[in-house]
Amino acid sequence: MISIKNLNKSFGKHKVLDDINIEVNSGQITALAGPNGSGKTTLVKAILGLVKPDSGQISIDGANISDNSTYRENIGYMPQINFFPENLSSKEILLMIKDLRNISGNSEFEKGLIEEFELEPHLDKKMNNLSGGTRQKISLVLALMTDPKILILDEASAGLDPASAKKFKDTLRKARNEGKTIILISHILSELEEFADNIIFIIDGKILVASGIKSLIAARGASNLENALADIIELQKKGNLQ
Amino acid sequence: MNLFIKILKYELNNIMRSKWVIAYFMFFLVITEVLFRFSGDSSRVLVGLMNIALLLIPLVSIIFGTIHFYNSREFMELLLAQPVKRNVLFSASWLGLVLPLSLAYVMGLALPFLLHGTSDFAPYLILLSSGVILSFIFVGLAFIIALKITEKSFGVGLAFIVWLFFGVIYDGLIMLIIWQFSDYPLEAFMIGISSLNPIDLCRITIMLKFDIAALMGYTGAIFEKFFGSLFGIGIAFSMLMAWILIPYLIAKRLFNKKDF
Repeated sequence: MISIKNLNKSFGKHKVLDDINIEVNSGQITALAGPNGSGKTTLVKAILGLVKPDSGQISIDGANISDNSTYRENIGYMPQINFFPENLSSKEILLMIKDLRNISGNSEFEKGLIEEFELEPHLDKKMNNLSGGTRQKISLVLALMTDPKILILDEASAGLDPASAKKFKDTLRKARNEGKTIILISHILSELEEFADNIIFIIDGKILVASGIKSLIAARGASNLENALADIIELQKKGNLQ
Repeated sequence: MNLFIKILKYELNNIMRSKWVIAYFMFFLVITEVLFRFSGDSSRVLVGLMNIALLLIPLVSIIFGTIHFYNSREFMELLLAQPVKRNVLFSASWLGLVLPLSLAYVMGLALPFLLHGTSDFAPYLILLSSGVILSFIFVGLAFIIALKITEKSFGVGLAFIVWLFFGVIYDGLIMLIIWQFSDYPLEAFMIGISSLNPIDLCRITIMLKFDIAALMGYTGAIFEKFFGSLFGIGIAFSMLMAWILIPYLIAKRLFNKKDF
């Protein structure tokens, strides 16, 4: 479980995260949604130690993460922008990440992912010769291949073709059933409604909603997640949100 | 194998295959060979190379270093999301860039010299080590610029201005001071001010080994007396080491604090 308490972060005068308090449970897919620039990526980067918070505490399974790098052995991360060293091949990048995690050889799980996402013909190609979609799939395999306990995926399905997007969703459902903690940043609410369990909706660095998706839709009497969130945003604007 | 060596290995694999580094090696190889064929005298080749290397190495190191850092930012993010300490990633990235640049320069000069031979062994070694030292210094400055300035085009522009300052403007300012205060004894001041610019420091050290300081008159004699002494050599070496270490430490500190 990931626990975040009183987390604050500003870039200059701009407050990006404003007193964030959340708990992300294991065995569930938690979606992180919100408008552009709302602080979603900064929040996951704080969990990964890429952004240093001004104040607050982040702990994973009860252990504080500050000034520690070993906890990241348990995290698989797929960034929003996939940019790799242009002179290395896909195979070398996969080897490098395993090397940094002291993993040798190819596990059956990794082989399965490469087969699933049809990456075998691209493994010896240099990264700058691959299409955006293929780079996206390599990035996804990098996050998944070490079978980590926590998955943090930023706009993971954005560049995938429909067949790969389906495989991606199936893989995530399987990971959830295995008890992994999954944080998924996405703008596509219909997609989140389809397979995420919880939603954390952020606006201007503040959490507007942190709830189960089904219970949120039911509580608002809405037909879908999009309408439920629109209802909440409207109420917030009027100052009537409870 | 520890993490530093692992990251360094992949950095070297990536940068050694860069077409820019290969072009940099080819440039020094061709220019050295051409200078040998035209002059036939290794002393003249060394003086010619000195003038090219002392301007080109800082320029390539700072511009290539800045661009490389900006282009690596997203991948650095991915590497920092692994169980890797920031200190380790920074040092491996810095060395992983300096070593291929230094190797390209050293090999570019070494192959023609091995072919043609040289009697000026000491100045040749000083020219090689000066180039390596300047690569270390200017890659460190490049990393500071890329870490401080978020916008790539502005950062690359600033890197060019920093090179222009150390490579051209600084000497212009010294000339202006000499001209303005020609009635005063400026020798001690000249030694001090030249020591603050790593390019000048390398140039003086090389020139003194060529015995061409005599052509510089009284100032040359003063320089030779100072930088030719063990104390002077010690000062020059310490200043160059400080020029490597200080930018490296500043950049490492910035990297450790950076929000990616």
